[in-house]
Amino acid sequence: MTAISFKSVTLGHGRRRTLEKASFEVAPGDFIGLLGANGAGKTTLLRSLLGLLPPIEGAIEVMGSRPSRGNRRIGYVPQIHRAFSELHLIGRDLLVGSVAGLRFGWPFSIGADQRDVGRVLDLVEGTSLAQRPISSLSGGERQRLLIAQALLGRPSMLLLDEPLVSLDPNHQMGVVELVRRVQKEFGMTVVFSSHELTPLLGSIDGVLYLGHRSVALGAVDDVITAECLSRLYNAPIEVVRAGGRIFVVAAGEVRPGGHAHAPV
Amino acid sequence: MLQYDFMQNAFAATFIVACVAGTIGYFMVLRGQTFAGHAMSHVGFAGATGAVLLGVSPLLGLTLFTMTAGLGIGLLGERAQGRDVAIGIVLSLSLGLGLLFLNFYTAFAGQATTLLFGNILGVGRSTLWLMLAIGLVALLALGAIARPLIFCSLQPELAEAKGVSPRAIGTVFMLLVSLAVAESVQVVGILLVFTLMVAPAATAMHLSSKITTAVALSVLLALAEAWLGLVLAYYTNWPTSFWITFIGAACYLMAWGLSRQLRTGR
Ligand SMILES: Nc1ncnc2c1ncn2[C@@H]1O[C@H](COP(=O)(O)OP(=O)(O)OP(=O)(O)O)[C@@H](O)[C@H]1O
Ligand SMILES: [Mg+2]
Repeated sequence: MTAISFKSVTLGHGRRRTLEKASFEVAPGDFIGLLGANGAGKTTLLRSLLGLLPPIEGAIEVMGSRPSRGNRRIGYVPQIHRAFSELHLIGRDLLVGSVAGLRFGWPFSIGADQRDVGRVLDLVEGTSLAQRPISSLSGGERQRLLIAQALLGRPSMLLLDEPLVSLDPNHQMGVVELVRRVQKEFGMTVVFSSHELTPLLGSIDGVLYLGHRSVALGAVDDVITAECLSRLYNAPIEVVRAGGRIFVVAAGEVRPGGHAHAPV
Repeated sequence: MLQYDFMQNAFAATFIVACVAGTIGYFMVLRGQTFAGHAMSHVGFAGATGAVLLGVSPLLGLTLFTMTAGLGIGLLGERAQGRDVAIGIVLSLSLGLGLLFLNFYTAFAGQATTLLFGNILGVGRSTLWLMLAIGLVALLALGAIARPLIFCSLQPELAEAKGVSPRAIGTVFMLLVSLAVAESVQVVGILLVFTLMVAPAATAMHLSSKITTAVALSVLLALAEAWLGLVLAYYTNWPTSFWITFIGAACYLMAWGLSRQLRTGR
């Protein structure tokens, strides 16, 4: 059984398409980097896996079944967060609230909720930072809390939407390593969206590259090549490797780490 | 002062309102929907004056209109474009309508001030029972949806992915806000609903970062403000609503200063 399968899938909002007749399969237990420029459709793709956006055509399968809202086997970290900087709440309450929030009625939280929250906080070594108001946490600490939240309920798949945004390289590595560690420990399938490749290098099993309404899936060395990217963007692109980093060169410009802006 | 019937009624009515407004107000502030509450109370004006014209209880007319407004705002959803403008237009329209209704019924000229600024000393036994019933319904319903409501308020995108419907929960909550607004109007009037629904909740939010503690604080503050306002009004003969707004603002300022001190002191 595949973890994710797209069969000639078209995605989009209204008349605007972000993906056209795309087919690919992700094997269970893979850590996939989802790359693409701003507006390439990373969030749209992740939302389709969550059953929040039905495909315009084609068939999507997630762990053997059609995507459906509220799939408890998927952990998710959305890209947009409410203004956490003004949230006078401690992290632990946020997590407990998200487990308890799946049910109606009273009492507010039960022992099992508290235990699961304790478990995931231990996993990310976040027990002490979860006692602090969320407004006082740094970007990296908040991300750690949100990853812990995604692990609630022991999912078999994690969808992380740009968790590296606004983190410095050091903290980016920290987040990637944390995800890699828990992914290995539980054998989860992970789709990790990012518009930078560099921090993911060495941790991912494959890249899913979005561009020009089509995708390329494969090992980094197979996808991040002049040939493959040129085909994806339908324009000449060169790839230069130097010092453990990958540079995507387009129209005489050099951008580090596969900073994939569509070349014009 | 408690030997008077109207004072007993006033203390009982403010107790009910403080419980309802303090609790629902907290969630309203948490969700950043204070404008919606403000708008609902204004829409209620047309309902209350219309009810007076028809000879039925103004509280009933008020509740009916605030609930309709609540349902409308809830169904519009958070992200609807031009939502605030639409709400603002309906709000002004109902104030205008209310004015028209009052114009038809000049005998009730005093009714306008009562509705706009509240007249807690005029609450009778039958209104009190109606307030108790509305308050109980609102609090029980809030208890039932509190868990998904908190989740949707804090992380709507995640809640949606987890199969909770922020839209549906938000609409039910707006209905509860409309009930709380109708109750608060009995004490402080349409123009001053903020003082019971927002000031105590915002103050409490500065004082505690735990939801349960903050809700309890919010209720206690609303109650303290309302009762202290009543006592001061009794002895000074100044309007109760004035005292409540005054105490509410003072508490908020102090809590704000206190939390700033704590933050910079650390
Ligand atoms: N709700 C929506 N309604 C209409 N169009 C949308 C909606 N959400 C996204 N789009 C459009 O779909 C395209 C893909 O958006 P998406 O958010 O999936 O990109 P992304 O790769 O996640 O970008 P970013 O890196 O900025 O997060 C964009 O052109 C965007 O304008
Ligand atoms: Mg995105």
